[in-house]
Amino acid sequence: MSRHVACTAAELPPGARKVVEVEGREIALFNVEGRLHALLNRCPHGGAAICAGVITGLAQSDGPGDYRMERRGEFLRCPWHGWEFDMATGQSWCDPRRTKLRNFEVSLEAGADLVRGPYVAERYPVTVEDAYVVVEL
Amino acid sequence: MNAPFVEQKARQTLTIVDCDIHPAHRTPDELLPYLEPHWREHYQTYGVHVRQALSSALMVPRMMAGGMRSDTLPERGGPAGSDLGMLQKQHLDPVNVEFGLLMALSKGGMEERNPAFAAAMSRATNDWQVDRWVRQEPRLRAGIVVPQEFPEAAVAEIERCAGDRRYVQIMISSRPSDPLGHPRYWPIYEAAERAGLPIGLHPVGYNGGHPSTGSGWPTFYLQEHYVFTACMEALATSLIVGGVFERFPNLKFVMVEGGFAWAPALAWRLDGHFEKFRKEVPHLKRRPSEYLREHFWWTTQPIEEPEQSRHLVEIIDWIGWDRLLYSSDYPHWDYDNPSFAFKFPMTEEQRRKIFRDNAFALYRLA
Repeated sequence: MSRHVACTAAELPPGARKVVEVEGREIALFNVEGRLHALLNRCPHGGAAICAGVITGLAQSDGPGDYRMERRGEFLRCPWHGWEFDMATGQSWCDPRRTKLRNFEVSLEAGADLVRGPYVAERYPVTVEDAYVVVEL
Repeated sequence: MNAPFVEQKARQTLTIVDCDIHPAHRTPDELLPYLEPHWREHYQTYGVHVRQALSSALMVPRMMAGGMRSDTLPERGGPAGSDLGMLQKQHLDPVNVEFGLLMALSKGGMEERNPAFAAAMSRATNDWQVDRWVRQEPRLRAGIVVPQEFPEAAVAEIERCAGDRRYVQIMISSRPSDPLGHPRYWPIYEAAERAGLPIGLHPVGYNGGHPSTGSGWPTFYLQEHYVFTACMEALATSLIVGGVFERFPNLKFVMVEGGFAWAPALAWRLDGHFEKFRKEVPHLKRRPSEYLREHFWWTTQPIEEPEQSRHLVEIIDWIGWDRLLYSSDYPHWDYDNPSFAFKFPMTEEQRRKIFRDNAFALYRLA
């Protein structure tokens, strides 16, 4: 398990998304109203680059004719076949056990803490003044 | 929202033939330069007149992005599928396409009600495919769009294009006005057989003036999407039972985007009934399943996804591994990525057949 500086906090403000490469893997980073998510940028169903998906909620129903939207902003819908993934867990709504999007621990860290280590900050200049998005692989 | 596009890495070394790629017009007026002056004015004055109530809308709303992969909108504008560079960068290059077959659905002559204008739109669409796509990307091949409801004009268009190897098949909507076994369509089959070209059946968004199910209009897109298979079943049955293959023994049909897992069940049912009703159709010299296996090919997308993939293998064993053709449906939302769509084990030979060799043989690609 290693922790990697993915980008500066300023590069991922609320509403933003960004693809970074960490240890040869494409990771899609999202900031949804301050909540950070780091997901492998490949849909487990059909292989789409999932970063291009729409952030949405969950359409729910208690029976035919009833329709409501819940948990807005918590789901990512694949840009191809529309599979919906819970961004917090990576689980798909329709097949949570078998079809799961790899998700990674992600946090915001102060540059002052990072400079002390032991985090891997390869090829990324870290300064004490800034804050950084750190992904754990 | 047009989210950042991330390039895919090439994941396989086998070159493939993609039997279903949809080119789109950049602007609504894109066909104008390809229309004769009279028809240009007609198009601008009256517009198109398709075989359904709504001339510029789909009868059933699509799930997202107008039915497109939402990552296929060109950065420089225009609809999905209208930018050759994006098609190359996003699909042809990374998945190693050796040949890609165009299926031009938008505003061809297949759906137009005005007979002479339908013929003009077909000519324009076919010239446009070659000029805008095949000439600029030698991996692409065109399909001859025909005014299918006006067979005499359709024959003329087949004869105009056949012989030019940039056209490798004839395209017909799988939602025709009549079941395709009807004798009024037979001149098209005669021309296809003479030209040595297969006929590709592909569903278009329009419904040919009929509800898309035998019991009326679907309420949901989930229902509508499924009926692609139901209309293919009806057409295959009509062609077989109508005696088309007794009259045209070298005719070949490709079922594009209509599924294939239903084929054995249909054949068993038809064969079972044939034994009882043979007197009704004495023109049939063989069991229906024999025509189905001999005269039909099937593209794979959207591939069926059973819980147990071995079920699909058994179905392909029945149909024949030499009858399936890989297709992606780029840029539509239900795109099948060749590296991900086939979730069952295949031998190297089976893989080569489905991804490349079957299409090479059927379409005589070179």
